[in-house]
Amino acid sequence: MIRALALAAALLAGPALAVQPDEILDDPVLEDRAREISEGLRCLVCRNESIDESNADLARDMRILVRERLAMGDTDTEVVAFLVDRYGEYVLLQPTATGSNLILWIAGPAMLLIGGGGAALYLRRRAAATPTGASGLSDVEKARLAELLKE
Amino acid sequence: MIVELGHFALILAFVVALVQMVVPLVGAHRGWRGWMAVGEPAATTQFLLILFSFAALTWAFVTSDFSLRLVTLNSHTDKPMLYKITGVWGNHEGSMLLWVLILALFGAMAGWFGGNLPDRLRARVLAVQASIGVAFIAFILFTSNPFWRLEVPPFNGQDLNPLLQDPGLAFHPPFLYVGYVGLSMSFSFAVAALLEGRVDAAWGRWVRPWTLLAWVNLTAGIALGSWWAYYELGWGGFWFWDPVENASFMPWLIAIALLHSAIVVEKREALKSWTILLAILAFGFSLIGAFIVRSGVLTSVHAFANDPERGVYLLIITGIFMGGALTLYAARAGVMEAKGVFSTVSRESALLANNVLLAVATFVVFVGTIWPLVAEMIWDRKLSVGPPFFDMAFTPFMVALAIILPLGSIMPWKRATVGKAMQPLWGVLALALAAGALVWTIQTGRSIMAPVGAILAVWLVGGAAMDLWTRTGRGTGLPAKLRRLRNLPRADWGKAVAHAGLGITFWGIAAMLAWEIEDIRVAREGETFGVGAYEVTLVDVREARGPNYLTTMAELRLDRNGRDVATLYPEKRYYQVAGMPTTEAAIDNGVLRDLYVVIGDPQEGGGFAVRTYIKPFANWIWAGAIIMSLGGILSLTDRRYRIGAGVRKAPIPQGVPAE
Repeated sequence: MIRALALAAALLAGPALAVQPDEILDDPVLEDRAREISEGLRCLVCRNESIDESNADLARDMRILVRERLAMGDTDTEVVAFLVDRYGEYVLLQPTATGSNLILWIAGPAMLLIGGGGAALYLRRRAAATPTGASGLSDVEKARLAELLKE
Repeated sequence: MIVELGHFALILAFVVALVQMVVPLVGAHRGWRGWMAVGEPAATTQFLLILFSFAALTWAFVTSDFSLRLVTLNSHTDKPMLYKITGVWGNHEGSMLLWVLILALFGAMAGWFGGNLPDRLRARVLAVQASIGVAFIAFILFTSNPFWRLEVPPFNGQDLNPLLQDPGLAFHPPFLYVGYVGLSMSFSFAVAALLEGRVDAAWGRWVRPWTLLAWVNLTAGIALGSWWAYYELGWGGFWFWDPVENASFMPWLIAIALLHSAIVVEKREALKSWTILLAILAFGFSLIGAFIVRSGVLTSVHAFANDPERGVYLLIITGIFMGGALTLYAARAGVMEAKGVFSTVSRESALLANNVLLAVATFVVFVGTIWPLVAEMIWDRKLSVGPPFFDMAFTPFMVALAIILPLGSIMPWKRATVGKAMQPLWGVLALALAAGALVWTIQTGRSIMAPVGAILAVWLVGGAAMDLWTRTGRGTGLPAKLRRLRNLPRADWGKAVAHAGLGITFWGIAAMLAWEIEDIRVAREGETFGVGAYEVTLVDVREARGPNYLTTMAELRLDRNGRDVATLYPEKRYYQVAGMPTTEAAIDNGVLRDLYVVIGDPQEGGGFAVRTYIKPFANWIWAGAIIMSLGGILSLTDRRYRIGAGVRKAPIPQGVPAE
């Protein structure tokens, strides 16, 4: 599947460049919204590019689709929902925080808690440790030192 | 004939690496001096053999020997000489040969400059290094042999991917590989220490310069790649959170953590087993990176030598080395007893916080990178994890790191108080907040990114300056202070410079993302239009011919307030042999802004699509990276940290000879 996509990307990627002048909407507010939405949508035949950056024909079609929906009065969420309906959640560059994806979103903060907790424990142990270990003396030397001190 | 000799030399190198792997290890175990002494000459021989092999392949490329499969696939007689040479590593097989060359070079350097290491440790380091060599030379010989001949050689080659015919990308891999492979040295030291069952301050001191050397090159390599993306891909992006970029970013982050924790081992004999673990993981991420780049399991913009079979082999290598090292770690880590005692607020604890933040940030990048794979395998969900996720999940860690950095770096060892450490920093903090407020008022109503960037940048740069200044003592006159400043150890300078570099990169990223101006339009020849404070005129568009491509070149003049600022020539090229078009943006680099123009397709109603970008402070991103590398180099030249301190007087070779 991945190889097929790669091949398609190679075939489709023409010399055209990302957003074309003829795609841009006249209403600057609407156009800004379109740009923002398309930065979060993946070009399906590309390697990890948003449709805003991509040169592929499909990305162009998707950009135009986004603008059409906006011009028809859809809200941003409605436009995105429409595209997800059509192309699946693969199209979202920012994965939703639902179902198994929760693991992805929680992984960082959870690891920070674990790591921070571990570090705090380590720090407490270090602060409480007796500095004898730092003397760098072996057991034999320590015994000898104890002997000397006793005398 | 030369090619066959090169092939033979590589096979011979494999045998030598086998000897180097086994004999010194047995010698170290049994305490046989003679056997231990085999390590160094073997490492030198292995390096020379691979060097010869690499030279032979380069020779084939330079003379366009199309009887060689690899040359046919990646070269062409019309290709400029520079790219004939860099084409050697512009493909999977050749780049693997470069990889083992650098691996062998590091091994040989450990032999040459490791005179002050205990014999046993040195023998073990060389043996572990050789075992990595054995695995990768075998990988080359059995799955990716660059020396295969063609039965019927064609008249000419198929040319190198045009995107790779660029100075930025030509030298990006060698730097990156010195970085990736350099981390193998830290790995070898870690495994050797585990075999010894002993980690002390001396170990921390030995392992640091190697890690630093690797990190400096990794930084340069990543910066080169990002700079290339900026000017070559045609819209000025500099980081895409692409799996392959992440593959280089993860070892970079872990290497920073390792550099800092090794300081604690060296100065305070604490964090030992954690440092060992980082050294193992740093190289582990290098291996995972190699796997991601070359297996094609994750779709990436780096369409480079994707082959599942090679992927499996690399996965096995990664599994063996990581599995082996981590098992050894699990068995032996308990032996590493910490000695230093320190309070909860101290430089040690600040460095620990640095390590936690960096390690968790790396973990976030790692999970995000492999998540699409995991989700598809386990839940059959086909999804993407792209820049919006990483921006949101990764950035907070870097901000937190920047906040604690100046404070932590100024704290004394063992016991500190926040109040005392803040004393010299209050001024810096005030300055940083003032800078933030200033930026906020200049740009009212726009994103919060630029003010935050300004605060962090001033805080980091000012903190680094203050860190140096406090080292000059209190109550002395200015001349005495300046003299002391000059005589501070290079490592202290290196630290301050690297930290300041980070601040500069922060500012570059924040300012460019917050204030970029973009203009996309159709322009006819002779037409003038305004972008930001500039007047742009499309003077002329013409066709021309390059050495191995056709080009459509535009001439654009940019004026500001009626004064000529720059004339730029963006191009659209078509490489005939590869059948591939590329965009060559034209950029007027400035300290405060880049002017970036791209010429697009001719339009139906006449005129051309023209894109103009004003990118404020863009160059600061890479300037910061270069400054960070310079900090590393400064630190590397410190007498105390020289590889094999006190043994040799010659300077340390930076990077690797680009044969």
